[in-house]
Amino acid sequence: MVENHRAVLKLKEKFAAALLDVKEFRNEVTVTVRKEDIIAVCTCLKEELGYNLLTDVTAVDYFGKEPRFMMVYNLYSIPAKDRIRVKAPVTEADSSIDSATCLWNSANFLEREVYDLFGITFTGHPDLRRILMTDDWVGHPLRKDYPLQGPDRQPYKGRLS
Amino acid sequence: MGVDQLPMGDNIITASLDGLVNWARKSSIWPMTFGLACCAIEMMATGASHNDLDRFGIIFRASPRQSDCIIIAGTVTKKMLPVIKTVYEQMPEPKWVVAMGACACSGGIFDTYSVVQGIDEALPVDVYIPGCPPRPEALLYGLMKLQDKIAKERNSFGSALGLGERLEPAA
Repeated sequence: MVENHRAVLKLKEKFAAALLDVKEFRNEVTVTVRKEDIIAVCTCLKEELGYNLLTDVTAVDYFGKEPRFMMVYNLYSIPAKDRIRVKAPVTEADSSIDSATCLWNSANFLEREVYDLFGITFTGHPDLRRILMTDDWVGHPLRKDYPLQGPDRQPYKGRLS
Repeated sequence: MGVDQLPMGDNIITASLDGLVNWARKSSIWPMTFGLACCAIEMMATGASHNDLDRFGIIFRASPRQSDCIIIAGTVTKKMLPVIKTVYEQMPEPKWVVAMGACACSGGIFDTYSVVQGIDEALPVDVYIPGCPPRPEALLYGLMKLQDKIAKERNSFGSALGLGERLEPAA
């Protein structure tokens, strides 16, 4: 399926240098691209391949590995009725990536959520502020090194602690 | 016969004013309509016809200005806490707080950064009701405990006139 997926064929032809990995798992196709090329790749996917619906933007924290973060974009094509997942690695030292709000307006709130919970900043975002946590919150709770019970409490050490 | 000769004479009841005020207050607890999580569903079930809170004079009010009790029915997140504090502060004295369910009592299963570990960190709780969620019977029992507590308060009348503080019974 990966070999003849319409988007993979097109991306291999246009963005051979940007493409880091192409994977298929249970009929879900995932392409990993360099973060510098994320907007170019997404523009191609939207304008030329018809992926006009951005269903989700999220991130993964691979704490302890480098690059630490992985941005994940789930796309759907309403005319072609198929899906593709685009991923882009983001390092901890330079935890910023271009905003996809210029392509899909739905990226606005989703990128704010990623910024709030992971601390990844989006360059070009029109209104980058916290969306779930309070405005005065310190830290980004979904990072793996964020203490589960909060920074102001002793961590849980079992029932007898 | 009849009107002139009352069979029981002229009725007089001697009682303390505090007792009268406490009786009136405990028989008309008006809770704030304020649900936070799944406990609110049980609270609604308690208010509905089968369990029928109205028979205790407990009538949910949609405004804190008309309420004298707030049932914290559910998980209190740190983001929600300022809202609850505002609602509580808008309620006129005297006012009581019921912590309904494990979350409102202690944070429950949500031992995390975003959840307040018990509403007693912010409000003075009168009755704690355990359960996840408590059944309507448990909420009824808790509200009857609150009624008992109100009935034992002292200086209820004097404090209403501005003379001293209302004294709560020792626990």
